[in-house]
Amino acid sequence: MTSQITNPGAVTGNAAAETITYAAAINQALALALETDPDVFLLGEDIGSGGGVYKVTKGLYEQFGADRVVDTPISEAEFVGLAAGAAIAGMRPVAELMFVDFALVAGDQLFNQVAKLGYLSGGKLRVPLTVRTQQGISGGGGSQHSQSLETLFAHMPGFAVAMPATPADAKGLLTAAIRMDEPTVFIEHKGLYFTKGQVPTGEHVVPFGVASVRRDGGDITLVSYSRGVHWCLEAAEELSARHGVEATVIDVRTIVPLDIETVAESVARTHAVVVVHESARTAGMGAEIASQLTERCWSDLRAAPRRVAGLDIPVPYSRPLEQRWLPQVQSVVSCVLETVGAGAGALSQ
Amino acid sequence: MTTAPTWGDEQLLGAYRDMWRIRHVETRSERLFREAKVKGSMHLYEGQEAVAVGVCAALDDGDALSFTYRSHGWALARGIPPVEVFGECFGREVGCARGRGGSKHLGDWDRRILPSNAIVAGGLPVATGVAYAARARRTSDVTIAALGDGALNQGVVHEALTFASLWRLPIVFVCEDNGYAELTPGHEFQPVETLSERAAGYGVAVAECDGMDVQSVAGVAQVAVGRARSGAGPTFLAAKTYRFCGHMTGDAQAYRTRDEVEAWRRRDPLLITAECLQQRGFGTDALDEVRDSVAEEVATAEAEAWSAPEPEPADIYQGAPSWTVQR
Repeated sequence: MTSQITNPGAVTGNAAAETITYAAAINQALALALETDPDVFLLGEDIGSGGGVYKVTKGLYEQFGADRVVDTPISEAEFVGLAAGAAIAGMRPVAELMFVDFALVAGDQLFNQVAKLGYLSGGKLRVPLTVRTQQGISGGGGSQHSQSLETLFAHMPGFAVAMPATPADAKGLLTAAIRMDEPTVFIEHKGLYFTKGQVPTGEHVVPFGVASVRRDGGDITLVSYSRGVHWCLEAAEELSARHGVEATVIDVRTIVPLDIETVAESVARTHAVVVVHESARTAGMGAEIASQLTERCWSDLRAAPRRVAGLDIPVPYSRPLEQRWLPQVQSVVSCVLETVGAGAGALSQ
Repeated sequence: MTTAPTWGDEQLLGAYRDMWRIRHVETRSERLFREAKVKGSMHLYEGQEAVAVGVCAALDDGDALSFTYRSHGWALARGIPPVEVFGECFGREVGCARGRGGSKHLGDWDRRILPSNAIVAGGLPVATGVAYAARARRTSDVTIAALGDGALNQGVVHEALTFASLWRLPIVFVCEDNGYAELTPGHEFQPVETLSERAAGYGVAVAECDGMDVQSVAGVAQVAVGRARSGAGPTFLAAKTYRFCGHMTGDAQAYRTRDEVEAWRRRDPLLITAECLQQRGFGTDALDEVRDSVAEEVATAEAEAWSAPEPEPADIYQGAPSWTVQR
């Protein structure tokens, strides 16, 4: 799939752009950070001469050497904690968790250490650590290599959390993440690595906490991030072509901080909202966003905010089961039609 | 590993003073808990004073410390003043973590002291990271990572020792073997006879010392810190010691006998150092003066901390990330 998405909210230092993949855009951001800041180093499993299992760090080891692109033993808890310690001591590490599922192995280091040390030090230390990882279903990964766990990081106070949907945002948000003085979790989607898009060459920074309106429509607001944005855009085209329903699609880009204002402004105009994400439905970001919108936009809403999300069971292996688990474009279309229909019903009463 | 030469009189007297400071703070802490002036449990260091004081004597200003919820002794030995330790236990703004940490999380990064950890062994990976940065930035700073014998059964100890050895990190793991993992005696959780046997498999240097004798600790610590500083890599330093108090305040200590505690009290680190000082010609009066003057210093600090202001509720977001939604 080639993304047609432009980047209205992007702050960019360079007008020139090129069409590259999401993986290449991340690679560019890492290379630029390594080039411009001697305190930046990368660490993780197989990221060196191996180039990473998805080849995201390909070539960086050769270009920057073993001191800047560090292969670690398979010890997620240790290398995440080590990266945090190096960050406290003045460096800017970028640790790669090969799969987000492995973040759970490093759970104590992430949630009890990284997320808390700055605050419980009385503000005397900072942890400018970026944790890069990837998640989601790309076909046959099984239940320990397919999860979507962004909600854990959003729920635990202390992390900024980026969920890039496009190559340009992947580059811009990662650059911003590495420069932030607080812990950031940068969650890529394995299903997006080979998607292509226009990416500014040279320095490109996308600030955290600024949503991007990807499509404009007056009938309903679709809110998503990461791969869900692409489902929403596809659904919006079908809704327009076949049902005459025009949807606004908002990509929040970062879930912490969350640009709820941009979403609420849209909902005030469309009076209806559906939140879409791949992660499991219960206690997910959809619940949080729907709740915040209910608080802010109660009188604007014609229908209850709805969610389209993954199922509340482990991700199965078999293809038909995996597809049944995964939210589909058609589920978004149906949910929108039900929501708009319910809204119309409410209006006619 | 050989023990370094014993200290001069002045240094030994200084260590005696430092150990009394810890003992007085802990005696008062126990009292303050009973009087409900301190909320939550505290994990006191009484009996183990020689370990922190002996190790910290080997350190320079740039060296870093990672330690555990049995925190008061290490914090004091590394230079956090008693008023800041009491202040933190009382939840006061004057505390070393401005009342955000509490007894379990003493620390002061301005002094290169990481917040102490209330997760057993949880601080070790971060400690290796501080050591990693020292090596990467070509400083000669050393990191001390204190842990207890009970911590050895946590997975990250295995991982941290592996990384430290593999990358020759400038770090010294100080394992305080007080014989108990919380309320459980060592023979129930240590599969081999000595802790050093467990560490040796990682390819780190291993050293043992008498954790009740501050000069024994200081001797091996000096060698281990020197090794780390010179780039020779990490050391696992096992200090055999004993805590006279319970695991935490309020611990009924049904897991050990009074006789056992009394036997160890005859090896009180303060007693051992006092005897050594007496052999060097210090009189009882001189030693009593040290004990009493530190007691006064500690009492003054406690009173000052107690009357210091608590943090303002309005300041609750200080130290949180800038983008935190404030409600």
